[in-house]
Amino acid sequence: MDNLLILFNQPVVSLQIIVDGVLVGAILAIAAYGMALVWGVMKIINIVQGEFVMLGGYVALAFADAGLSPLWAVPAGAVILFAVGWALYRLVIFRVVDRDLFISILATFGLSILLQQLANQVFTADVRTAESGLVSRSFLDGKIVIAEVKVLAFVFAGLVGIALWAFLKHSRLGQAIRATAQNARAARIMGINTDHVYAMTYGLNAAICGAAGALVAMTWVVHPYLGLPYTIRSFMIVVVAGLGNLPGVIVAALGLGTAENFAGFLLGAEYQIAFIFCLLVAILVWRSRRLARQRRYLK
Amino acid sequence: MSTQFKVILVAVIAVIAAATAYVYLQKDAENGDTIVLGAAVSLTGKYSTNGKHTQNGYNLAASRINERGGVKIGGKSYKLKIIFYDDESTPARGAQLAERLIKQDGVKYLLGPYSSGLTKAIAPVTEKYKVPMVEGNGASKSLFTQGYKYLFAVLSTTEFYLKEAINLAAEQAKNTGRDPKTLTVAMAFENDPFSQDIRAGVMEDAKRNGMKIVIDDKLPPELNDMAATLAKVKALKPDVLVVSGHAKGAALAVRQVADMKVDVPMLAITHCDSAKVIEKFKDKANYTLCASQWDRGLSYRDGWFGTAEEYAQAYEKAFNESPPYQAAESTAAVLTFVDAFQRAGSLDPEKVRAALTGTNMQTFYGNIKFDSTGKNIAKPMVLYQIQDQKYKVVAPTKWATSKLLHPTPGWDKR
Repeated sequence: MDNLLILFNQPVVSLQIIVDGVLVGAILAIAAYGMALVWGVMKIINIVQGEFVMLGGYVALAFADAGLSPLWAVPAGAVILFAVGWALYRLVIFRVVDRDLFISILATFGLSILLQQLANQVFTADVRTAESGLVSRSFLDGKIVIAEVKVLAFVFAGLVGIALWAFLKHSRLGQAIRATAQNARAARIMGINTDHVYAMTYGLNAAICGAAGALVAMTWVVHPYLGLPYTIRSFMIVVVAGLGNLPGVIVAALGLGTAENFAGFLLGAEYQIAFIFCLLVAILVWRSRRLARQRRYLK
Repeated sequence: MSTQFKVILVAVIAVIAAATAYVYLQKDAENGDTIVLGAAVSLTGKYSTNGKHTQNGYNLAASRINERGGVKIGGKSYKLKIIFYDDESTPARGAQLAERLIKQDGVKYLLGPYSSGLTKAIAPVTEKYKVPMVEGNGASKSLFTQGYKYLFAVLSTTEFYLKEAINLAAEQAKNTGRDPKTLTVAMAFENDPFSQDIRAGVMEDAKRNGMKIVIDDKLPPELNDMAATLAKVKALKPDVLVVSGHAKGAALAVRQVADMKVDVPMLAITHCDSAKVIEKFKDKANYTLCASQWDRGLSYRDGWFGTAEEYAQAYEKAFNESPPYQAAESTAAVLTFVDAFQRAGSLDPEKVRAALTGTNMQTFYGNIKFDSTGKNIAKPMVLYQIQDQKYKVVAPTKWATSKLLHPTPGWDKR
């Protein structure tokens, strides 16, 4: 209750929370794009999503260690993670693509543990950060503070969204990806090399996450075990937005970021994540009821 | 499989078995003038950095003692040997390995693992087999409320970690003619037993001073963002902000307080050195208060290593880095055992345990004296302040080398 009073007495605090939430949501949106893509095209729920983000973070750290600006790690992380994703597809994922959903969940879960432990072995369990060299700017007499790196993440998320949309809509490969998503068997009959499409899709997903990870390293911290929250949040965003709904993913991600920040503020940090899960359950219940109603109309 | 092949196979197995037995017997023979200590430490997994420091601390102690003629018991001198296993940072594995050390390797004295969680898993095992364990890395208060008789800890327990910061804030308020009762405190502690123990200690002293707690957030272990808590801090403007959540909590707190330009007169955290906040955040880390078990500038000394500073130099020579307190307290655990062996004049575990209960000594790490529950009551925590990107001891007053800079200036003036 006290916390609610603060919001009434100092409305500007709400503005700060919304700004922070939207900017956090942008990074979540990037990871969720990738998950929606893989889920839609390959019918795989990719549990290893968060680990791609984590590896992208280590790319940024490597840049910082080498004396380069970690900002370069955003494109570099994308390129490197594309290779990682592509390789993982060729090694493991292609074996589970057309199989039961459960098998793909198990396989990607296994990969996520493997990548975590490898990262732990190679980079140690130390919590690390990369300094972007960007500063924070104050507005409204210092009442609103915005870190430039978060704005960068926001702009980047928008660009990735537009680029992805254009790519899927207009490029040859994009069309092949969409065709495969609609009906893989028919696409194969039409002469599309679906194996190649899958490999590219999975690589693309890893690349998007890698770029997000570089942004995470500059905004928060990086350690081998940071993946899971990103996996869970991207999963949630995709569930809420629905597959193949790119604008929906953006809205859901920004909404989730904001809701999470408000929950943390009002209920305390310990309920921040619990609140998100309650919200997920509520949305799912509401949707299934709406669907049931639609089914009744059809009957 | 042909008969001939089977014969060869059996012969090979027999030779390997014989060789193993020979080596084993040899090792046993060596044990005649060697004291074997056992330890499960985290060499892999999420505690691997601190686990490695623990192992370094143990090894440095053993090699120094062996160099200086070993442990003298009844006119005979014994060398120290430590058997290490990797507990993979998981409590279940730690308990298993403790059992293995005791039952298979015949170890009669155990050194502690890293972290309260692992110590909690191993203590019931050592208790069951009546094997004394001296540890330097399990600080949780709850370890000492179980009535364990074979567990001894050389470090200050968790509730003392940040008490000093609260008392320091009260002292500063009095100096400027302000009633400590008017001070407000914001707290954010990770939701794990260790950090919650620290919170209990802070609560106790805040209450005693009549301060008001305005924020009391429990950070979930998987949380990577403190923005919501810090937005509240900005709105409520408390006089003291206390944060603890291992290395991640320290890094997040310093980074986000700077990024969000949160102005708070006093910020006190734990795990500054393991999070390397100075190296990471440079001048943004200035003015932060950090709790520490030990500092190389303290004026303690002992016969094995000399002063705290001399210990630090020996450590630097051996491992090419300055010693974190996790290593120092591990070394102190070995020294405590050695002292007990020599006073017991025997290697009988019961006699050694009895000697441990009567420990009253000074080491480079601090004074060591156990109460009836086995925790060290003779050594205070110290509080650093980061001044000009260096750690300076500012409290308790007896050990302070620098004056506290208070209050922290606003971000627009830094």
